[in-house]
Amino acid sequence: MQLPKPSDLTRSVDRPLLFAGLFIVVILIVGTIYTLTVEGTATLLSPTYLILQLKVAAFLGIVAAGMMIVVLLGHIDLSVSWTIAASAMLATAWGGPFAIPVGLGVGIAVGLLNGIGVAYLRVPSMIFTLGVNVMLRGLMVMLTGGFSPSSVPTQAMLDLGKGDLFGIPNPVLVWVVVSILVSFMLRRTAFGRYIYATGNREAAVYLSGINTRHILVASFALCGLLSAVAGLLIAGYSSKAFQAMGDPYLLPAVAAVVIGGTNILGGAGRYSGTVVGTILIVLLQSVLSVMQMPEAGRQIIYGAVIIAMLLAYGRSAKIRT
Amino acid sequence: MKNLRLAIAHNTGSLIAFGLFLILYLFYSFLHPRGFTTDLFVQNSNEAMTLILVGMAQTIVVIMGGIDLSVGAIMTLVDSVASDVVIGSPGAVFLGIVIALGVGLVCGLINGVIIVYGRLQPIVVTLATGAVYSGIALFIRPTPGGQVDADLSWVSTNALSELPGTYKWWEGDPPGWFNLISGIPMPIVILFVIVVFVWLPYRNSEIGRASYAIGSNEGAAYMSGVRINRSKLVGYALGGLFAGLAGLYFAIQTGSGNADPVQAGTYTLNSIAAVVIGGTSLFGGVGGVIGTIFGAGVLRSITFCFRVIDTSSPFGFLANPLLQPMFEGLILLVAVTLGAARSFGVKNRLNIFR
Repeated sequence: MQLPKPSDLTRSVDRPLLFAGLFIVVILIVGTIYTLTVEGTATLLSPTYLILQLKVAAFLGIVAAGMMIVVLLGHIDLSVSWTIAASAMLATAWGGPFAIPVGLGVGIAVGLLNGIGVAYLRVPSMIFTLGVNVMLRGLMVMLTGGFSPSSVPTQAMLDLGKGDLFGIPNPVLVWVVVSILVSFMLRRTAFGRYIYATGNREAAVYLSGINTRHILVASFALCGLLSAVAGLLIAGYSSKAFQAMGDPYLLPAVAAVVIGGTNILGGAGRYSGTVVGTILIVLLQSVLSVMQMPEAGRQIIYGAVIIAMLLAYGRSAKIRT
Repeated sequence: MKNLRLAIAHNTGSLIAFGLFLILYLFYSFLHPRGFTTDLFVQNSNEAMTLILVGMAQTIVVIMGGIDLSVGAIMTLVDSVASDVVIGSPGAVFLGIVIALGVGLVCGLINGVIIVYGRLQPIVVTLATGAVYSGIALFIRPTPGGQVDADLSWVSTNALSELPGTYKWWEGDPPGWFNLISGIPMPIVILFVIVVFVWLPYRNSEIGRASYAIGSNEGAAYMSGVRINRSKLVGYALGGLFAGLAGLYFAIQTGSGNADPVQAGTYTLNSIAAVVIGGTSLFGGVGGVIGTIFGAGVLRSITFCFRVIDTSSPFGFLANPLLQPMFEGLILLVAVTLGAARSFGVKNRLNIFR
């Protein structure tokens, strides 16, 4: 029997998954060595800590799942931060049993607006979603300033954000459900295949008789919906819906998607990579704060890690023609 | 006649931005209680200058089909550095300016090196380097502070008339020709110098023309023997230099340094908006910094207009401070949509997919 060569092994496993997974292990080892020498305990390996990290990762993971769908099309959604805030704030302002549907509806509406701008007006997504983001911020300023609405989540939102089921926090469960649905959609449904195809060459998809506009609009709507889900969970988790709540999620979501091996130009990428990328980013941030790294150092390491990971597996082909 | 028509066709974007800026700014000065004065123009150009320079930095990169999400971070980094070094004797101030601009240039060059030799996508690379530059800026200036040479600050933020007096160029009354131009705000003079001595030579050089070719079709440019790597490196470095100029001006204008990452993000996003409104295509190959200057002018004029609208007039609801951010967003959305919408006037439907 012949043993497989190491190079065969790395080829059979997805390279982004392998590298990001290894890096997660490295982060945990370095962090544990630090806590062992400073505090004498292996806090980072305790189930409580890991479950807490998963809970924090769930919010980012849900946002990143939506972002990934849009990135696969070769677009980007920069309105994610205020979609999160707007859906949560409008949900708490509405209150009552319809709070959650209202929040989700806001997310879908924002996504539809983005999709129409990108698919029908053909404005580059980067600039259109940016404009939508500024407008949403304005709307929320108007709402909070003019009407001082309630920012307290309903009981259902609190339960979703803070509660747990058999020891697993609810946000993590929601993340798992979202992950199963999204990866099923991307791999097993026609819509999912159209997303990859559109990201590769939209003209070809159009010429094969598929209305790519519908694909674009639906994908942006999905991204908005997932941002809204994250927004409702974050509001429940922190017992409050507030204006800047979405800001820390936009760039990490993009980073999680590309670290997971999704091509930023669209058309290629696995959902599992996005999950691993999310966990990597959350763990990195958490371990650096455990090590009491100042904000400045955290930013520098964060940026350096993204570039290093991409240099390891994200390089594009040399231009030949 | 044919040349004129060609020139207009080539610069439609810039011309629209110029027209829009003119309309908005005239509207603003008309509504302003004291009307259009030199003081008002000086103040407005000061407020617009940093965004204009950041927008110019973004334009140079966007022309090559790239994007630089680190311009705001480079700006804050240079702002933090400048508030440390641009102080002291005239020689020290000059050296400080050189150091500050050098930092910007090096940051841009690092972006270029990673993008060119690492073969990574500019959007992700600059997202990451932007985080690094913001981090370094926070190291240098954890809390807002620092100081910038007061004379330099005074001269750079006033009309040209203050320049000779502050540095004692001549005794007594200025010569007659100077009175003609003494009312021009210093930022406009600086911009003019930058456009004439940096942008135009770059635009007309082999490297500059190559950057347009790369933005139009990188593969075709490669096959025609364009030295792609060299052009990209120079383009990103020049973008860094312009972002550095923005940071330097911001430090000079505010007289201190501030490494606020939020502010960096705002400037980055506004720079993209300024580029698009100025008629430069985000797909590359079309446009120029002149359009961006007016694009940034449009963005700033919108903000100015909200300040002067009479609350008792029929449009008074626009001036409501609670509604203002929403209208600003709405106008921005409409402006960038007009600047970027390509679905109108496309002859072959397949051309809109790219």
